[in-house]
Amino acid sequence: MIDRLANEIPRFFEYYTMALLLKAMAATLVMTLVGCGFGFVGGFLIIILRQTPGKLWLPLRLVVITYVEIFRRIPFLVILYLVLFFVQALASDVSLFVIATVGIFMLSIAYTSEIIRAGFESVPRQQIETATVLNFSRWKILRYVIIPQSWPVIIPPAFAFMVGFIKDTALVSQIGVLELTFAGKILNNRGYSAVLVFGVILLFYFALSYPLSRLGAWLETKLASSRNK
Amino acid sequence: MNYTFQFGEAFKEFPLLLSGAVVTMELAFLSFWGGTLIGLAGATAKIYGGKFTRTLAGWYVTFFTNTPALLQIYFLYYGLPEFGILLPAFGSVLLGLTLNAGAYLTEIQRAGFISVRRTELEAAETLGMSLTQQLRFVIVPHIAKTIYPPLANFFILLVLGSSIAAIFTIDELTGVAINVSTENYRWLEMFIVVAGMYIVITFIASFLLAMVGRYAFRVKVKMF
Amino acid sequence: MHHLEINKINASYGTLPVLREVSLTVEKGEIVSLVGPSGSGKSTLLRALMGLTKPTGGEILIAGDKINYDSKKSVAMARDRMAIVFQQYNLFQNMNVLKNVTLAPVEIKRWPAKEVEEHAKYLLDKVGLSEKYNAYPDELSGGQQQRVAIARALALKPGILLLDEVTSALDPELVTEVLDTIKGLAKDGMTMLIVSHEMAFVREISSKVVMMDEGQMVEVGPPQKIIDNPTSDRAKEFFSKVLRH
Repeated sequence: MIDRLANEIPRFFEYYTMALLLKAMAATLVMTLVGCGFGFVGGFLIIILRQTPGKLWLPLRLVVITYVEIFRRIPFLVILYLVLFFVQALASDVSLFVIATVGIFMLSIAYTSEIIRAGFESVPRQQIETATVLNFSRWKILRYVIIPQSWPVIIPPAFAFMVGFIKDTALVSQIGVLELTFAGKILNNRGYSAVLVFGVILLFYFALSYPLSRLGAWLETKLASSRNK
Repeated sequence: MNYTFQFGEAFKEFPLLLSGAVVTMELAFLSFWGGTLIGLAGATAKIYGGKFTRTLAGWYVTFFTNTPALLQIYFLYYGLPEFGILLPAFGSVLLGLTLNAGAYLTEIQRAGFISVRRTELEAAETLGMSLTQQLRFVIVPHIAKTIYPPLANFFILLVLGSSIAAIFTIDELTGVAINVSTENYRWLEMFIVVAGMYIVITFIASFLLAMVGRYAFRVKVKMF
Repeated sequence: MHHLEINKINASYGTLPVLREVSLTVEKGEIVSLVGPSGSGKSTLLRALMGLTKPTGGEILIAGDKINYDSKKSVAMARDRMAIVFQQYNLFQNMNVLKNVTLAPVEIKRWPAKEVEEHAKYLLDKVGLSEKYNAYPDELSGGQQQRVAIARALALKPGILLLDEVTSALDPELVTEVLDTIKGLAKDGMTMLIVSHEMAFVREISSKVVMMDEGQMVEVGPPQKIIDNPTSDRAKEFFSKVLRH
C-alpha cells in the first residue's frame, strides 16, 4: 500500500492533474454560488408571494406553498435527474453544468424560503402592527420594518446552507458534470489509487467547507451580538 | 414538447418500487441507530473525555461534517479493497452513511447533554434525590425532550440521503428507478413517481414521529 | 356630533366572542378610561378602532364618518384620524428616535421633511426627551421608549389618541414619567381613550370611566362614581381587588 502511494504521489501532483482538480473545484464553487445565490433571491420572492393577502392571489399562494413542501421532501439526486430528463425532453442541447445549477437553484429556493420566513416571523408582531396603524403599505413595512430587523437572523443560516451545499454538489457528478467528485472518478479510472485520489478530493472539499463554515459561525456570533446591543 | 407521457409503464413497476422503498427504510434505520450509538459515544467523549479522546472526537466530527457523504463512501467503496478489506457494496455504503450520520448525531446529542441546566440539578439535589434518581427523573427526560425534535428531523434527512446508495447500484428506491428506466426508457415518469413516493414516505414518517413525540415524550414536534 | 361614536360593536376571535354590544360615545377633549379584568375586551376595542380587528357587528363613527372595514380607504381614514400606543415594542428598533418620529409623516403623509423634523423635535422636547434625538431604542429605558412612542403618535396630528396599557410593561419607577406626559396631553385638550390598570391615575384624569368585563360594558360614569361607588357586583368585586394595594 505505502509503496504504491509513494510511487503514485509524484505522478499525481503534476501539472495536468492539478489543473484538472482546480478547474473542477472552480466548477463546484461556481455552481454552488450561482445556484444558491439565485436561490436566495427566489426564496425571497416566494415568501413575498406567500404572504400577499387577498383572494386573487390564493391560487398562487397555494402553488408556492406546495412547491416548498414538495421540494423539501425529495432527495437532491432525484431532483437532479428530474431536471435533467425534463430539460432534455424540451431542448436537448442545454449543458449539463447549467442543468445541475438549475437543480441546485430549485432545491435552494425551497429551503431558503423557509429560512427567510423564519426570519420575517422573528420580528415582533407589534412592530408590524405599529407600522400598519401608521398606514404603511405592505412594501413600506417590508422595507422599513421587516427587512432591516430580520436580516441578522436570516444571513447566518442562509450562509450556512450555501456552505453545506458545497458538499451536496458532489452528487451532480452523477449526471456527468465536471466538478470535483467527477474529476476524482476520472483520475481513479486512469489508474491512480482510490485511497490517494479520493483522499485528496476529500481534503479539497474540506479545504473549501471548513474555513467557510468557520466564517459562518463568526458571522453568526457577530450578528447576534449586534442585535442584543 | 414532443414527449408523450406514459405513466402506465411506470405504475406497472409499483411493486418493485415498493421493495426499493423498503431498502431505503432499512438503510435509514440502520444508519440512524448506528449513527446514534456512535453519536452517544462521541458526545460523551467530547464532554467527559480526556484531552486525547476529546480531540479525536473533535476531528472525527469536523472531518465528517465538512466533506461530502458521497466521497466518504467512494473512499470506502474503492479504497478499502486496496487495503485488502473486501466489503459487499451494501456494507461499504452502510458504513459510510453510518459514519457520516454519527458525526452529526454526535453534535445533536452533545447539545442535548449540555442543555440540562445546573439549576435543575441543584433543585433535584435539594429535594433529596440521589444521583440515579436525578438521572431518571430530571436528566434523562430533559435530554430526551431536547434531542427528540432534531433527531426526528435528522431521521427524515437520512431517509432522503439514502438515495445516494443508488450510485453504488444498491436497489433502494432511486436505484430501482434507475434499473427499471434503463429497460422501459420511461425515465421521466419513473422519477416523477419516485419523487411522489419520497414525498409520501417522508410525510408518513414525519407524522408518525410527531405522534410519538407528542405522546411518548410530550414534545411538541411539527406534524409536517 | 360626537368625536367618536361606538354603536353596539360585536367582535369575536374565531367562535369566542370578545366584544358584546359595546356602545360608547366620546366627545371632543374627553378622556375616557376603560378598566376591567384581563380578557374583558378593552384592548380588542382599541384594536377594532384601529382596524386591526374587524368587528362582526355594529358600527363605529369618527366625527360622523362611519368606518367601512371592507374598504381599505375607509380603514386608512380611521388610522389617519386616530393614533395608538401599545404596551410594548412600539419603536422601530433599527432607527433612532428622531427617525422613528419623522418616518411616517415624511414617507406616508408626504409632509415636507424640514417641517416634520422641527415638529418632531418640538414633540420630543414636550415629552422630556430633548437629549435623545439620536439615541437608538435599545439605549433607552422602557419609560423613555414609551414617551417616544407617544411623541411619534402625536407627530401625525391625530384627533384621538388611544393608549393601550402603556405603562403595564414598565418597571414601577418608570411609570410616573409616562403618566405625567399623558397628563400634560390631557391639559392640551387631546381626546383620549385610555386602557389602564393605574386606578389613581384613571381617577384623576378621566372625564368618564367605563368598566368592562367579559366583552361587555358593565358600568359607565364619572370616575368618582364608578371607582368609589360602583353599583354592580362585578364592578364592586373588581375594584375591591384592584384598590387593595
